[in-house]
Amino acid sequence: MAVEFEVNEREVWDGNYAASQALRQADVDVVVAYPITPSTPIVENYGSYVGNGYIDGEFIMVESEHAAMSGCIGASAAGGRVATATSSQGFALMVEVLYQASGMRLPIVLNVVNRALASPLNVRGDHADMYLGRDCGWLQVSAFNAQEAYDLALCAFRIAEHHDVRLPMMVHQDGFITSHTAQNVYPLSNEAAKKFVGTIDPVDDMLDFSRPVTYGAQTEEDWHFEHKAKQHKAIMDSVPVIEEVFAEFKALTGREYKRVEAYDMEDAEVCIIGLGTTVESARVAAKEMRKEGVKAGVVAMRVFRPFPYEELREVLKNVKSIGVTDRSSPGGAMGAFYNEVSAAMMTSESRPLVTNYIYGLGGRDISIENLKTIFKEQQANADAGHITTDIQQFVNLRGPKLGFFKSKRS
Amino acid sequence: MSVEQQDLNLLANEKRGRFQLEAGQDLYGWNEVTQGSVLPAFEGDASNVANQKAEERNYSDYNSYSATVSSWRVIKPVFNIDVCIDCQNCWVWCPDSSILSRDKQMLGIDYDHCKGCEVCVEVCPTNPKSLLMFSEYEDLGDALASWPEKKKKEKK
Repeated sequence: MAVEFEVNEREVWDGNYAASQALRQADVDVVVAYPITPSTPIVENYGSYVGNGYIDGEFIMVESEHAAMSGCIGASAAGGRVATATSSQGFALMVEVLYQASGMRLPIVLNVVNRALASPLNVRGDHADMYLGRDCGWLQVSAFNAQEAYDLALCAFRIAEHHDVRLPMMVHQDGFITSHTAQNVYPLSNEAAKKFVGTIDPVDDMLDFSRPVTYGAQTEEDWHFEHKAKQHKAIMDSVPVIEEVFAEFKALTGREYKRVEAYDMEDAEVCIIGLGTTVESARVAAKEMRKEGVKAGVVAMRVFRPFPYEELREVLKNVKSIGVTDRSSPGGAMGAFYNEVSAAMMTSESRPLVTNYIYGLGGRDISIENLKTIFKEQQANADAGHITTDIQQFVNLRGPKLGFFKSKRS
Repeated sequence: MSVEQQDLNLLANEKRGRFQLEAGQDLYGWNEVTQGSVLPAFEGDASNVANQKAEERNYSDYNSYSATVSSWRVIKPVFNIDVCIDCQNCWVWCPDSSILSRDKQMLGIDYDHCKGCEVCVEVCPTNPKSLLMFSEYEDLGDALASWPEKKKKEKK
């Protein structure tokens, strides 16, 4: 039986430590991992808890991230509560197996510390890895600071393992800015966390010898489509469970999470949409813009998958111009986030102006001034009644101004 | 040996080879397929399945035992009981559990699951071989009637 790890009402933790504490409190049966910067400390801390007798579960070090997720699949299919962590190149190596996990409906929790993908080689934060995972069939939530990384990791077990969901879930936090910045975190007591997360009630577990099952069946054109459609439906249908778990978490801690977070949006005419740590900077910029008479607000994506189209329409219904921020190299298209926001707004009554800002690649800062410029451009769009800039622009990039696509107005 | 002795439903229960995988029957819709394409192997409690012989097990419709893949085969192994010494080599090597054997006595081929890979023929040590490949369309009686004679050792 594990030794009890003492936690204070208030701790100073970085995002990695917060995530590793959530794994400890969730009483995970199996963690299979291959550490990679900057998520390394999640697994490293967890390893120290194991070494010091704070963990009852198994901790397995493997030869690669591909093997790490493969091990997670085996343990989860066996019926255990399973989690791991990764980022960037490691995440990229995991991708093949991420599809396997979601296709088999295994409720694995993956902490992803978001970071750029090479080349050029880079260890800093952006959202390239998160975007790479967006079609993997996992639920994805975004934490904007260490507290949220902790809270959402706990919620993730409840959501993923719920019998109405049974899908793997990623909890994203920004590399270094969240993962390595020590902040005040208010953890639950061990007892309260354990009670909140509960124990896993396995489905189709391979350790049930009275009912042997096959995992990883082959399906061709006769069956594959039906299985993928059922999986997609399950992702879409996870919404009530996500909301129920968030509501229960709020009742327990007072900390409220919504699938779409809205700040200063009650009367906003222009807004920035983003996720990750940039949300907090944008909130500061919005407050400053309001002093200058601009009705600025910020919308943040808490739940990236399933994508909250309807909630987005609702929160943006009175907005005239929207700047969508994508922190991933778009690779020959508009940013993916822009495309999704546009899809939601295209089918709304108001059909506001939507522009795309590519920013922060490879850990490049986005300043309050940069964000204020975005707000000013949105205000100019709103005043003119059309998009006054290139539809896609690059923020805080050296060299001649880079932008693509113009509104066609004839 | 007569063709009748080569019982093609040897050791089968009523489930074996019931379905053609490619058959145009009414297939389930997306709302009916199993979650995560996880497939139970047996109906009901299977705790004792390791102690049961194949023909006694309650295989589920999802089990490959219930499906036939005989259409994959172009050539088939034919078994000649008159030559067989029951060494069990073919039983050990068959990758599809399609050699039917009980109490270390070779009984025949499970033609519902045999894919015609020829491994059994390759590993058969008798002279002439007790298993030989024939065209899928060759009549079993004709095949047995055309069985080769024992090869004499060549004198050095």
